[in-house]
Amino acid sequence: MSEYILSDAPQGTPSPDLGDHFIFLLAHADDNMVLAQRLGEWISKAPELEEDIAMGNFALDHLGVARALYTHAGEVEGKGRGEDKLAMYRSEREFMNVLLVERPNGDFAHTMVRQFLFDAYQVELWSYLSGSDDETLAGIAGRALKEATYHLRHSSAWVIRLGDGTDESNRRTQKALDRLWKYTAELFEGESERYRSAWESTVANVFDEAHMAIPEDPYQRSGGRRGFHSEHLGFLIAEMQWMQRSYPGLEW
Amino acid sequence: MDATQLPGVGMVNPVAIDVDRARAVVSAIVDPEIPVLTIADLGILRSLEEEDGRVVVTITPTYSGCPAMGQITEDVVTALARADYQAEVRMRHDPPWTTDWITEDGMRKLDAFGIAPPTAQHDVVCPKCRESEPRMVSFFGSTACKALMVCSSCGEPFGYFKRF
Ligand SMILES: [Zn+2]
Repeated sequence: MSEYILSDAPQGTPSPDLGDHFIFLLAHADDNMVLAQRLGEWISKAPELEEDIAMGNFALDHLGVARALYTHAGEVEGKGRGEDKLAMYRSEREFMNVLLVERPNGDFAHTMVRQFLFDAYQVELWSYLSGSDDETLAGIAGRALKEATYHLRHSSAWVIRLGDGTDESNRRTQKALDRLWKYTAELFEGESERYRSAWESTVANVFDEAHMAIPEDPYQRSGGRRGFHSEHLGFLIAEMQWMQRSYPGLEW
Repeated sequence: MDATQLPGVGMVNPVAIDVDRARAVVSAIVDPEIPVLTIADLGILRSLEEEDGRVVVTITPTYSGCPAMGQITEDVVTALARADYQAEVRMRHDPPWTTDWITEDGMRKLDAFGIAPPTAQHDVVCPKCRESEPRMVSFFGSTACKALMVCSSCGEPFGYFKRF
C-alpha cells in the first residue's frame, strides 16, 4: 500500500496520551460503543429479516465489549467511575473513537464496507491484545477475537457478494469504499501500527475477490483518537446520553 | 443491587455461611434465555467463597453480547438472599469462556431441548430426526449464542449453539 498523508487535527488543546493504559482502554471502549449505536440504527430497517438480526447481534457484541472495557477502564483509573459514568457523562470532545465508526450508515453496502474494514482491524487488534500483560484485557480480547472473526466472516462475504454482484451493487459498494477509505489510516496510529500489514493483506484479498479497487488518493483523515470528530458524532452522543443527562443517575 | 432490600425478599439476617449449600443454590440457577441450562451446565461459575460474612460469587461471562449475564447476576443475588445469604457477584474475564466449558450433561439437555449443541458445524445433526448436513439459514439467530439452521430431511428449523 502506498504512503498516505494524514490530516492534522486542530492545534492548541492537549491530546490524550494513548500510552496511558486508562486512555487506551477508553479509546477502544469508545470505538465499540459508537459502532454499536450506529448498528442499532438498522434495527427494523435492514433489507431482510436475517440481516436485521445479524445487525442486532453485531451491535450487542460491540456493546458488550464496550461495557467490559469501560468497567475495566474505571477500575484502572481508580476514581470510582463505572461503565455508565464513562459512557454517559463524557462529552463529544472526550470521546476518542476513530472517525470510521461514527460515519453515518448510508445504504447497506456502505454499512457493510465500514463493518468489514473495522472487523478486519479488530481481528488483528484482539489477536494482539489477547496476549496482554493486563489479564482482564487479555480475557476481554480473547473473547472479542472469536466474535470479531465471526463478524468478519459475515461482512467479508457481503462485500464479495455485493462487489461481485450486479453492476448496481458493484457501483454502490465501490462508492462506499471510495468514501470510507480515507478513515482507515487512523486505525493504525500509535500502538496499532504493528498489525497494519496483516490488515492490509486481508482487505486487499477481499477487495480483489469482490472486483473492487482500493482508492489511490493518499489523503487520510485523522483526529478521532484525540477527540476531534466529524459533525456526526455529536448527534449520536446526544441521542445516546439524553436520558441519563436529563435524569442523572436514572436506573432501569 | 443491595441484597438486603430486594423486593419480595425482605431484610436478610445474615447467618453462618455454608459454602456447599450456597454453591448448590447458585449452581441450580437457570439461564433466562435457555432455561434448560443451569449455571453449572454452562461452566461459568469460577469460584464461590465466603468474604466478610458475604458470599462472593465469581462468574465468567459468556458472549460479549449476551444480555442474560445481567439477569443471571441478579438471579444469583436473589437466590442467595432467599437462602439468607448476602452476596456479591464479580466478573472474571480471564481466561475467556468457551463452549468447551459446557458440561456433557448440558450438551445432552440442549439437544433434548431442540437446540443443536456446540459441535463443529459439519457434525451438526437435526435435533428432531438426527439427519446430518442441515443447511445454515443465518449465522445469527434469536440469541447471541445461536445460529439458525434448517434440516434438509424433515424441514425442522432449529437453533445451533455456536461453537466458540
Ligand atoms: Zn430433521
